[in-house]
Amino acid sequence: MAPRKSLAVRVLESTPRAGWLALGAFSLLFLGVLPALHLFTPAASRLHVSDLVITVGGKIMCYAVVAVALDLVWGYAGILSLGHGLFFALGGYAFGMYLMRSIGHEGVYQSDLPDFMVFLDWKKYPWFWTGTDHFLWALALVLVVPALLAFVFGLFAFSSRVRGVYLSIITQALTYAGMLFFFRNETGFGGNNGFTDFKRVLGFPITAPSTRAVLFMLSAALLGGTLVLGRYLVTSRVGRVLAAIRDEEPRVRFLGYDPLWYKLFVWTLSATLCAAAGALYVPQVGIINPSEMSPANSIEIAIWVAFGGRGTLVGPVLGASLVNLAKSWFTVAFPEVWPFFLGLLFILITLLLPRGVVGLATRLRRPRRPA
Amino acid sequence: MMPILTAPTAPRRAAFARAASPGVVDETHDVILYLEGITVTFDGFRALNQLTLHIEVGELRCVIGPNGAGKTTMMDVVTGRTRPDRGAAFFGQNLDLTELSETEIALAGIGRKFQKPTVFERHTVRENLELALKGDRRVRRVLLGGLGSEDEGRIDGMLRRIHLAGEDSREAGLLSHGQKQWLEIGMLLVQEPQLLLLDEPVAGMTDEETERTAELIRSLAETHSLVVVEHDMAFIAQLGGRVTVLHEGSVLAEGSLDEVQENPRVIEVYLGR
Repeated sequence: MAPRKSLAVRVLESTPRAGWLALGAFSLLFLGVLPALHLFTPAASRLHVSDLVITVGGKIMCYAVVAVALDLVWGYAGILSLGHGLFFALGGYAFGMYLMRSIGHEGVYQSDLPDFMVFLDWKKYPWFWTGTDHFLWALALVLVVPALLAFVFGLFAFSSRVRGVYLSIITQALTYAGMLFFFRNETGFGGNNGFTDFKRVLGFPITAPSTRAVLFMLSAALLGGTLVLGRYLVTSRVGRVLAAIRDEEPRVRFLGYDPLWYKLFVWTLSATLCAAAGALYVPQVGIINPSEMSPANSIEIAIWVAFGGRGTLVGPVLGASLVNLAKSWFTVAFPEVWPFFLGLLFILITLLLPRGVVGLATRLRRPRRPA
Repeated sequence: MMPILTAPTAPRRAAFARAASPGVVDETHDVILYLEGITVTFDGFRALNQLTLHIEVGELRCVIGPNGAGKTTMMDVVTGRTRPDRGAAFFGQNLDLTELSETEIALAGIGRKFQKPTVFERHTVRENLELALKGDRRVRRVLLGGLGSEDEGRIDGMLRRIHLAGEDSREAGLLSHGQKQWLEIGMLLVQEPQLLLLDEPVAGMTDEETERTAELIRSLAETHSLVVVEHDMAFIAQLGGRVTVLHEGSVLAEGSLDEVQENPRVIEVYLGR
């Protein structure tokens, strides 16, 4: 008689051996080799990893975390959110407050307050900026505020049984409302300019190669952790209940499960992961503004997931990486073509690749059995 | 007919207080299900009209009736999917079904098999049973607690009982129609409900499968209360038990199968056509 397996064993077993090997290779490269080559080789060396690779790489890994987070709710629980950019941006803003406080007196107006507040002729910080000069408090805000918003929103949406395309529409409305709210100067987050001109994080200069390397490694660690957590979740009994809710929600109720709490759990977790990614993203790109909350941004996240293959966890990582690398190239080479390319991509994958790149790969490896 | 039970305010509040942890059904008085004067109207159409029905503890009851007689609506009321406009529905002496949610009713001990087999097609046969297995359904319990060997044993036992032991790692969507029906019955049983509602359990089954199903249902009647909705008269004859004939949302006749088949009103509206 086998006893109940401990949580650690179950987490370990949830990712297959090949997955752990891939994760090991990923860690070696992104936590070891790349940062080391960036820091310890001269810029002229052929082995040198440039600033660009580190910042773009770090940024894309943050996007990949968001894509995996969306896959958890969309691919495994059937909740298509078109507002995940909001949680990402809120995490970014929460950590951005700390980065703004860290500028100290080095702003243009050399004031205690950030430049935008001086510009508005404010004399002191609004109440919600209290404590944001403390790193840990800012970190708590990163994790708690977006989670709380997601929880409350989910509570109303899921308990009134809003589903499918209606839910997608209200998530769009939510992120749009967030964007309009943050655009206002009076809201206290820098209006349409948002936060920028950061100087340091935890006392380290924000553009120093070593700071960049650490942020890059943290992004890689967050991505790896998100994948392991996600794999455990979707292979666990909760994952099976979620998939059952996705496929036949009314039936799940008659089995005695309350879908509300399952959806709320995965929804809030997903939002929190997005927020953590947002908090790592902001120091790497050096800016956060309300355009991150634009409805189009959130739709783009869904495109990454669909392109890579929803319901696969690894697919969204590929999707986020490939689409963003293409974007980096397109917006330099043919900036005006990019929106058309993105739209075309979405139409093509919807029509031809319902399971995305990963689905295509599995189909090529294992030809479909004759029906 | 005067309803024996109305829905006064006091039991309502009591039912609400129970909602967090659905109580244990009180089976004294030997009645497991009371439906009293239930009326359900959809857009002016009376699906149920003053329906009154009592099911005793341990009873096997068959419900028949022409299409639109209200059989499925009756099950919807009992499982909380549809709220009646009027009337009272109690599970045992104490649980007001009109006040509980679908989830709470399922947890209280009413299991339902749907007309169309609804198994989770993309889950394996074993996972389907695992989802249905009686246990704590709260997120944190399900997240942190694994299945013990005892649970696995119960699943294995049920797999043998429903003749799916060799199919346990197949996707449920790949099963034959009859196998899906059996899987759904198995899912119902591992929930360990006291009252089972079976909506056309042998639809689409071969004669042999039908016979085996009748055997299974008869064996269940020893330990459960059952309500079976069915069209197949031969199957009902195999089950035995009392028969209720529904017509236009109310009870037309009740008795043994022979009695109702000889009832002139039944012959007129249903069997005679």
